[in-house]
Amino acid sequence: MNKDILICGVGGQGTVLASKIIAASAMEEGHPVHSAETIGMAQRGGSVTSHVRIGADAFAPMIPFGSAGLLLAFEPGEAVRNLKYLRKGGLAVVNTAITKPVTESLKESGYSGKVMAEYLERKCACIFVDAEEACKPFGSTRFFNIILLGVAAGSGHLGIRKETVLKQIEKYVPPKYLEINTRAFEAGIKIAESETAK
Amino acid sequence: MKQYVMGNGAIALGALTAGVGLVAGYPGTPSSEIIETISKAPHEGVHLEWSVNEKAALEVAVAAAYSGVRSMVTMKQMGLNVASDPLMSVAYLGVKGGLVIVSADDPGPISSQTEQDTRRFADFCRIPVFDPASPEEAYGMIQEAFAYSEKYGTPVLFRPTTRVCHAYAAIEAPDHFAPRPAEGFVRDPSRWVIFPRLSYMNHAKMEKRNAEISKDFSSFRFNTAEGNPSEKAVVASGVSYAYVKECLKGHEDVRLVRIATAFPFPEDFVLQALRGVKKVLCIEELSPYVEEQILKTAGKHHLDLTVSGKLDGSVPHNGENSVELCSDILDRFLGIRTKLEQVDISDAPALPVRPPVLCAGCPHRASFYAVKQAMKGKKAVFCGDIGCYTLGNAMPLDMVDTCLCMGAGITMAQGFDYTNPDTVCFAFTGDSTFFASGITGVVNAVYNGANIILCVLDNSTTAMTGHQPHPGTGRNMMGSPVEKVHIEKVLEGIGVRKILTVDPLQLEDSIRAVQECLPEPGVRAIIFRSPCVALAKPENKMAVDPAKCISCKKCIREIGCPALVTEGGKVKIERNLCAGCGLCSCICPVGAIGGEQK
Repeated sequence: MNKDILICGVGGQGTVLASKIIAASAMEEGHPVHSAETIGMAQRGGSVTSHVRIGADAFAPMIPFGSAGLLLAFEPGEAVRNLKYLRKGGLAVVNTAITKPVTESLKESGYSGKVMAEYLERKCACIFVDAEEACKPFGSTRFFNIILLGVAAGSGHLGIRKETVLKQIEKYVPPKYLEINTRAFEAGIKIAESETAK
Repeated sequence: MKQYVMGNGAIALGALTAGVGLVAGYPGTPSSEIIETISKAPHEGVHLEWSVNEKAALEVAVAAAYSGVRSMVTMKQMGLNVASDPLMSVAYLGVKGGLVIVSADDPGPISSQTEQDTRRFADFCRIPVFDPASPEEAYGMIQEAFAYSEKYGTPVLFRPTTRVCHAYAAIEAPDHFAPRPAEGFVRDPSRWVIFPRLSYMNHAKMEKRNAEISKDFSSFRFNTAEGNPSEKAVVASGVSYAYVKECLKGHEDVRLVRIATAFPFPEDFVLQALRGVKKVLCIEELSPYVEEQILKTAGKHHLDLTVSGKLDGSVPHNGENSVELCSDILDRFLGIRTKLEQVDISDAPALPVRPPVLCAGCPHRASFYAVKQAMKGKKAVFCGDIGCYTLGNAMPLDMVDTCLCMGAGITMAQGFDYTNPDTVCFAFTGDSTFFASGITGVVNAVYNGANIILCVLDNSTTAMTGHQPHPGTGRNMMGSPVEKVHIEKVLEGIGVRKILTVDPLQLEDSIRAVQECLPEPGVRAIIFRSPCVALAKPENKMAVDPAKCISCKKCIREIGCPALVTEGGKVKIERNLCAGCGLCSCICPVGAIGGEQK
């Protein structure tokens, strides 16, 4: 199996945990894995990416443009920014709720999640998830990364069994939040299944 | 045991596997996680420390290496500038126990001031350098680095780059580590005391030895030649080798030569690997070091060889390489197609720019704002320094006029004072930077009678590089409690007469402190003390009362906190981002912002 998965978002959205869980799950299923993260100054509110490369012939630490089979985008503008990584026929799982940078609050340019989503839809296969809507039953948007993992696992584009991912979630989240994270993961799977059914 | 670790973790595990007994360093992206990995690894008897700066770290390690202990120092590439004084000298004296100096380069640059090249530093100091292309290689190569250091009795440089440091891979390493036993220091002034005569003698020995190492490196397992000999060949080093390998999938017949030891240059190996080649393309980052060595080799041996790379414009001098960049260059050079098909995004809607900003609730924002308010309408220069607070330059704060290198803000404020008599000269420094290289600057200011206002932005951690402790935190690298070095007492001891300590989140008090310092001559210091918001749990969150908000957006225009956003023309506070610092509530002209109702 050779698969490149790109995770993107804005610093602080929990992209790193998602990438760690995917990497650990792929390893659990016996695949060689490499990954790379944005670290340093850019973490402070900047655009961040995690590159997960599954398979034996991944040489570069980062995914080449046109090679990712799956794009997990925590922010719609970041999905567009990183669309160049997606290969033809790849799937983008995208949060439609935008994160406005300070520059946007200072001088509005009309940045909108709707415009981004419409553009993405024209360019590739997409599953859209509204983070605020999806997180409502869980009381906080910090479970969104696990919901998005559920969508990825449920879409069939992750290439890893759902049970394997869940097992790694158990390892990575604190025990007292396990129950709620499990529900978040399952909610994500449901979103993917209802999208695929459409 | 198999572990999934960052490249920096692989370097750490490799050093532990090699039996390292002492590790010292100063935090700096992309090198910081090396020491942090060692602190968490199961080991006994390894001395580990965050030193106050890179020079101190190297000097500590030199003594350990003189005692026969395998020692390692870690830093980012500019840290090597700070450590260059002991480095140049120890290069002449040599070592007994292996001494590896890890200096992580940052092509791009991504989080650095310069695009300097540690391989050139190695040439300058005349000591060997190792250049890994991946975390897996880094694990093995650093063990070799220790062995070479001991074999030739010389310190060696180990130079990963950001993309190797921050890449993750699975590494098989032992379950437990212990330092190799060492003989201890044996007194020998003819060996360990540097004098002109000794340097003269050793200089000749070093050059003779480097010729031997060049031969030795010609059979080094990480200097490799792949593909079939033909008229054209590609030479790559560091992570660029990985990029070229990625591009050449399906073109494995292309001759690809990889140089992992740029100095001493493995000339015999290169001559062999390039036999029959007429055109060579060099792909490397930072400086054209390998390219120049190949040109030199070609001239020396009268080879009929055309060399392409940075020097003929085929490869850019600046910035980092990537698979895409290498793909373009290789396609032109080899006349093949390696590029993957991509989604066309040339018609993409405009995307918001996301420059890094101070976190929501960061106390530095409040400190800068207080000084800005106090200095409204007055002529002032604001000297910044290296750390999160460099981000004080961003709009709307716009409070950093200069930033040069670690500690320079304090001394530059003095230079501005001497040459701009009508200007109030401020120096902003973080707590970790103060200890790293600020103190001598304060001594200089007091001694030379400078008129400056020193603002120490004390958030009780080294935040930018990942929250490492420092002498002012009362904890050491291993997390043990230690005697705190008090910034106020240090300043007092130096002879600073006016020292004020304020909580920057108390805006009125902070503005008053600046105003109080203004009329006085000499060095005045204000310590703005409030913990880093990434470490402190918020007690409350702020909220906008929509009934009171008049949508003037003064809060956004004045402080630019990322938690302050507009929604339908009204100001809203992003609950997930707000840290409850309350600075915005001090600014709102109609009192519409307050603590959230519980």
